[in-house]
Order: sequence, then structure tokens, then C-alpha cells
Amino acid sequence: MTFLDFAFYAFSAILIFAAFMVVTIRNPVRAALFLVLAFFSAACIWITLEAEFLAIVLVLVYVGAVMVLFLFVVMMLDVNLVQLREGFGKYLPVGALVALLLVAEMVIILNAKVFGPEALPRPAGQSADYSNTKELGEILYTQYAYPFEIAAIILLVAIIAAISLTLRRRPQTRYQKPHKQVAVKKADRLRVVSMKSERQEADSDGAAAK
Amino acid sequence: MITLTHYLVLAAILFSIAVVGIFLNRKNVVILLMAIELLLLAVNINFVAFSHYLQDISGQVFVFFILTVAAAEAAIGLAILIALFRNRHTINVDDLNRLSG
Repeated sequence: MTFLDFAFYAFSAILIFAAFMVVTIRNPVRAALFLVLAFFSAACIWITLEAEFLAIVLVLVYVGAVMVLFLFVVMMLDVNLVQLREGFGKYLPVGALVALLLVAEMVIILNAKVFGPEALPRPAGQSADYSNTKELGEILYTQYAYPFEIAAIILLVAIIAAISLTLRRRPQTRYQKPHKQVAVKKADRLRVVSMKSERQEADSDGAAAK
Repeated sequence: MITLTHYLVLAAILFSIAVVGIFLNRKNVVILLMAIELLLLAVNINFVAFSHYLQDISGQVFVFFILTVAAAEAAIGLAILIALFRNRHTINVDDLNRLSG
């Protein structure tokens, strides 16, 4: 058993355990934390497949951004967990049946000769000066430049959608309106009232001041 | 000797666990979104494994795009969830029947 075999089995066991805990645990915060563990193990498995750039991206983007977003949302919502757990076991038999069928079908398909070691041997590892990031970048910015730009548009749409969905207008809050502040005239604010001048009596205040 | 089948079976098991998660937690939208993330992760493992064993970098490019779309999907899904909770004060799927007429 080589070190690669050991690493694959260890990370796979952690990944499957974490995924199992995500779907069965009661507390959504803990489910999110187990999902972080699952993503991290998957990143380790991708490193055994020599996809270093994607593994780092998975850790940075998913663990660093998406899961933090999940945690924020889960902690922000004050949900009734007991009500949400109702009927938890009710769908377990049919769910387990579907899952077993899925695994059985896929294992039957995958055990065929087409994916075996003699049909597809494990490629030799790349040399030390091989850069996965460089190769990925070369094909991404040439052959896949157009899909890359579409992905950028999708992210922009997601930003705008997320902001506009959660934007809340509060009518009772007072805001400054700079365009009205700039456009204001003297005549709008100041009113000159013409009146007769008044004389102060000299005997009370005026004498004391002297 | 780790073959391609090992990785594919691992992804199949992960996919099935996520499908069971959708069946079990069909009232809790947050866990449903997490199960969808697990489904996408299983598919991505398949892509990376095929990319390595066929020595074709295009598979990794597709994983890149799937990650992009999944991040956008998670952001919009959570935004909808927050808007929903603000209006209805619940995330129970059974209570979200306002549009059913």
C-alpha cells in the first residue's frame, strides 16, 4: 500500500463521514461546519489527482467565502428546529432505497472493464517544474475565453440579484438628499420680514451694562 | 493502486448521500442548499478524476465553471432565503405555499 493509496482512503473516509453528518445532524451550524470539512477533504483528494489550482480554489472560494456566507445566514435566521425536524425519518426508507439503487447502478457500471487499471492506467506524475495553474490559465484564456466571460457575467448577475433581493427600504428612516441640498436657493430657506425697528429701554439693561 | 473506478465510486457514494439528504431534510431549506452543494462536489470529483486519467486539462476548466455557477447559485439561494424569512418568519418548505392559490 503506497502513500497515495493511504491518502486516498483516509481522505475519502473523512469526506464520506462529513457528508453523512451534514445531512443527518440536527444543528444547521454544525452541518455547515461539517460541510467545510467535506470541502477540505475533497480539496485534498483533488491534490492527489494533481489538480492543485482547483484544490486551492475550492478551499479559498468555498471554505473561505461560500461557507462563511452559509454560516452567516444560518446564524442570522432564528428557526424553530423542532418543527423543521418533523417527518425526518418518514422519508428515510424511500431515500435509502433510492440511494442504494444509485450506488448499486453506478458500481455496476463502473466495475466494467472500461475504467479498470488495464484500460486506463494511472498516468505518471508530472515533473517538478510542471505548473498546473499555468496550463489551466493558457487554455482558459484562449480556447475558453468566451465561456470565461460568460462566467464573469453570471457572477455579476448574482451580485446584483443578491443585493436587490435583500435590500430593504425603510420608509421611516430619514436620509440626506444631496441633490436637493445642492439645488436649494436662498429664497427657499430665508424669509425677510419687514418690520419697524424697536428701541430698547435704556434704564434697565443698558444702565447695568455701563 | 488507485484506479479511476475508486474515484468514480467515491463520487457516486457522495452523490447518493446528498440525494438522501434531500429526502431527509425536505423541510429545511438551508440543509437542502448544503445537499445541493454536495451534489455539485461529487460531480466535480468525477470531472477532476477523468481529467487526470485522460490527461485532458479541459475537465478542470469545466470544474472551474461549475464552481462559478455553484457560488452564484448559493449566493442567490441564500438571498432568497433571507427575503423569505423576513416576510414569512419561517424557512419550512411546507409553509411556503403562498403561490399555490
